[in-house]
Amino acid sequence: MNLKFNNKKITGILTVLPENEIKFEDEIENYSFSTSQSMKLKLIMGYNKRRVVKENTTTSDLCVFGLNYLFEKKLLNKDEIDGLVLVTQSPDHFMPPTSHIIHGILNLKKDMVCMDINQGCSGYVIGLNQAFMLLEQEEINKVVLLNADTLSKKVSKYDRNNNPQIGDGAAITIVEKDISSSPIFSSVKVDGSGSDVLIIPAGGFKMPSTQETSILKKDDSGNLRSLNHLVMKGADVFNFVQREVPQIVEELLESAACSHNDIDYYMFHQPNKFMLKKLASKMGVPEEKMPNNIVENFGNSSGATIPMTITFNLGNKLLKESFFVCMSGFGVGLSWASLLMQLENLTFCEMINFK
Amino acid sequence: MDEKIISILNETRPEFDFSKSNNFITEGLLDSFDILTIVNSLDENFNISIDGLDILPENFSSVDSIKKLLIKNNVSL
Repeated sequence: MNLKFNNKKITGILTVLPENEIKFEDEIENYSFSTSQSMKLKLIMGYNKRRVVKENTTTSDLCVFGLNYLFEKKLLNKDEIDGLVLVTQSPDHFMPPTSHIIHGILNLKKDMVCMDINQGCSGYVIGLNQAFMLLEQEEINKVVLLNADTLSKKVSKYDRNNNPQIGDGAAITIVEKDISSSPIFSSVKVDGSGSDVLIIPAGGFKMPSTQETSILKKDDSGNLRSLNHLVMKGADVFNFVQREVPQIVEELLESAACSHNDIDYYMFHQPNKFMLKKLASKMGVPEEKMPNNIVENFGNSSGATIPMTITFNLGNKLLKESFFVCMSGFGVGLSWASLLMQLENLTFCEMINFK
Repeated sequence: MDEKIISILNETRPEFDFSKSNNFITEGLLDSFDILTIVNSLDENFNISIDGLDILPENFSSVDSIKKLLIKNNVSL
């Protein structure tokens, strides 16, 4: 489905990096594979180091820390927030919504829209679309989009397929009205028949977490995980991404009457280096236009990876320069979504460490 | 080309004798991550970029199937 938005812009992006850094080599012994096999994978997939939260740090902690930083630096005025949208798959609790917990901690005004969206790797584009839709309302002038996850808590440390790439993190994006902004084009797609391709089987209402669901079992590839852990059918996900992402981007370019030559950067979700290199090759895009350096530095933090890619690779450049950017998120659902927009003259574009 | 392919297979999983296998996948000689390692080696050794959509287990089940994939990528025999 194609979407188009006028008179909206992103005015600031902040990413919050968790406190713990884990090196790939430190965990090799957890995996039932030879060291040489694991080291080959390190090179190919870009496994290196990743940021994860401490046991007691939650999604709301990361978001509150980042928002307080913006308040203290006077980069955001809390009274101007008309909408707070949190995209996460690791809420503090099933109820209440984590966005409401954040609202309460920060003592935000009551006259506002506040909501959680359960989305993963396509969650940045989906969250931006939601923010743009809210800004269509007369009374809403500024929306704060939060993308945050602490999924490392749901990954088995004995699972070589997932553990080396999963990171935690949060991103805060300020979205506002602006009559001088150029149109924003987006496309979103979903295929619920693939809902079991990326899943945490136990822990919800259908299969509550029990002693039985926490038993570690070995899969065909020698990985140990329980039903409480994230499981991914890697080959299916890889194939889905290679099939659908180039297509959605082509369709989006066509609907926006643009070509690849118009795009300065492809800021894509960061599952691993290999997948992004293959995508760039298939799309005929130079690798320098599609950064793939997030997994090797911070890990894959679901919906926070696109803003992390922007802040890490462009940072302060976006305070003065202007870039036409194609974003694309893809994963759990299955869902995939892309967006074309001009990024320019941001008030802030930076990364901070959670303390 | 066969020697080069076998050499890449042996580098990936030195513990197996690929010459004795009829199907590297169903007999458990290669898993999905091994396939990625092999794709990376083939790309580098033959200066190609195997299409992501061709990274399917059936294309890596034997030396012949890998050879077909290389031919599809314009690698001459």
